[in-house]
Amino acid sequence: MSDRLSVFKTYKLYVGGKFPRSESGRVYEVTDAKGKWLANAPLSSRKDARDAVVAARKAFGAWSGATAYNRGQILYRIAEMLEGRRDQYVAEVADAEGLAKSKAAAQVDAAIDRWVWYAGWTDKIAQVVGGGNPVAGPFFNLSSPEPTGVVAVLAPRESSLLGLVSVVAPVIATGNTAVVVASEKSPLPALSLGEVLATSDLPGGVVNVLSGRTAEIATPLAAHQDVNAIDLTGADETLAKELEIAAADNLKRVLRPQPVDDADWSAAPGIDRMTAFLETKTVWHPTGALGASGSSY
Amino acid sequence: MPTTASAAPAHGLADVTASDSTLRRFLHGLPGVDAVGLEARAASLGTRSIKTTAKAYALDLAISMVDLTTLEGADTPGKVRALGAKAVRPDPTDRTAPATAAVCVYPDMVPAAKEAVAGSDVKVASVATAFPAGRASMAVKLADVREAVTAGADEVDMVIDRGAFLAGNYLKVYDEIVAVREACGTSARLKVIFETGELSTYDNIRRASWLGMLAGADFIKTSTGKVAVNATPANTLLMLEAVRDFRAQTGVQVGVKPAGGIRTAKDAIKFLVLVNETAGEDWLDNHWFRFGASSLLNDLLMQRQKLASGRYSGPDYVTVD
Repeated sequence: MSDRLSVFKTYKLYVGGKFPRSESGRVYEVTDAKGKWLANAPLSSRKDARDAVVAARKAFGAWSGATAYNRGQILYRIAEMLEGRRDQYVAEVADAEGLAKSKAAAQVDAAIDRWVWYAGWTDKIAQVVGGGNPVAGPFFNLSSPEPTGVVAVLAPRESSLLGLVSVVAPVIATGNTAVVVASEKSPLPALSLGEVLATSDLPGGVVNVLSGRTAEIATPLAAHQDVNAIDLTGADETLAKELEIAAADNLKRVLRPQPVDDADWSAAPGIDRMTAFLETKTVWHPTGALGASGSSY
Repeated sequence: MPTTASAAPAHGLADVTASDSTLRRFLHGLPGVDAVGLEARAASLGTRSIKTTAKAYALDLAISMVDLTTLEGADTPGKVRALGAKAVRPDPTDRTAPATAAVCVYPDMVPAAKEAVAGSDVKVASVATAFPAGRASMAVKLADVREAVTAGADEVDMVIDRGAFLAGNYLKVYDEIVAVREACGTSARLKVIFETGELSTYDNIRRASWLGMLAGADFIKTSTGKVAVNATPANTLLMLEAVRDFRAQTGVQVGVKPAGGIRTAKDAIKFLVLVNETAGEDWLDNHWFRFGASSLLNDLLMQRQKLASGRYSGPDYVTVD
């Protein structure tokens, strides 16, 4: 059999449901854990970040307005699609993180399970953090959670797939849309995840994936007036501080989790990452005078 | 600099409009348009990079050229007042932002618009002549124009009879524009809308441009904004060439107004490059070039805020129309 020519993959960004190259035309070399060249990834500019925010804002209305049940179905569909391409992700995660095949497979399985876990949460979170409040007056008083809006997510630097899914899924499960800055060192699993998202009935723009220098992309995102929240998981100490200051300008919600680099992504996630990007809306509704009609309210 | 055209063509082209056949011979004798070349030229001018101080200048110039438009069946006096307030002071958080050129409304909304922009340099433009279809009798069209002018419109945007134009009745179209020009009197400037999306060919756009200018238009305008194809860089470039050539031949300067479909600051700056490279600097003024737009202004303001602060702005920081 003759030797085949190698078919290299051109990794591209995922913005607004499409796969553009960086507006700047730049790429950078991505290597595996041992320093061997793997592929070129787009080196996004601040204009790519701006375009991603526009796409995320455009998608927000429909995604936050979709029923929680529907969002759950779509998140589960993502898990299904990821399952079908398990081998590809095992190889990519093994390369990116320098893991043995079996360990990489465990990471991918955990990432798939995480989508399923958050798929189940979409229509239950309101029951946990919302509900009727007892008030001293003739009112029904109801609180319900609503998504914060467009969330900039700096994905963890070390865990290229499980960590990524663990920060993205909770953001979109509750109806936010996300601009994700992939791990600078190992962005390839994140860029490939775009292909799964694009084929999972997830509307374009709900998740936008950028790769490149975290500091370069995150700075305009943190200062952007049309971004409602930022998750600093993938920022180092100095950068996180700078971003937090920039984010204060339009009172963004900021999530700055501790610890960052040696976080154990396989642990049970809890609901903190969902509640971090929820607003509580409380409605007062009059019931009429208490006792006047012998009502038991 | 020459000012507006007079009602009767005083230039060397007077005999052209003597009869239907001379007019036809003249319009069909205009050089044919190289469609591929035109589009390539428009596209290549669109690749110019306008940055920093030039961009700041272009954004302010573009804002000052906007005809802030609302032409909906659902327009209310309240909406027109809000629009007028926005035209006078587009960015209430930044008083250095220039006012727009005009507000553009239906004739019955002219009094409300006048009141809203009173005391400022913002003009009131009114569409007329059975906008947007133009399918009405001449008497009705002229009454429409007179109503707008009497109510105080500073500018009248008329539509041509595309049916007559496409059927080859050029003199009918010419006479109509001349009649409307007269109805405008000396107080109102006349913009002639060709609805380029309905004229089918670039040759027709060139002929319509010359026809409009011969008839005494102060402005030639691409579209109503009510059909599928509105202002494109190519048809605007073609019209800019026409006004440039018309001035070279007759000494009369005519303005250009692309309208419809221009939504981003980036697009607007591309049009300004077209103006500068085709007609020249004389047209880089809101007396000679306008944008018919509504959502464009918000994007211009957001870009302006970005330049001033260094942070990307968002739709929460401009008014909702």
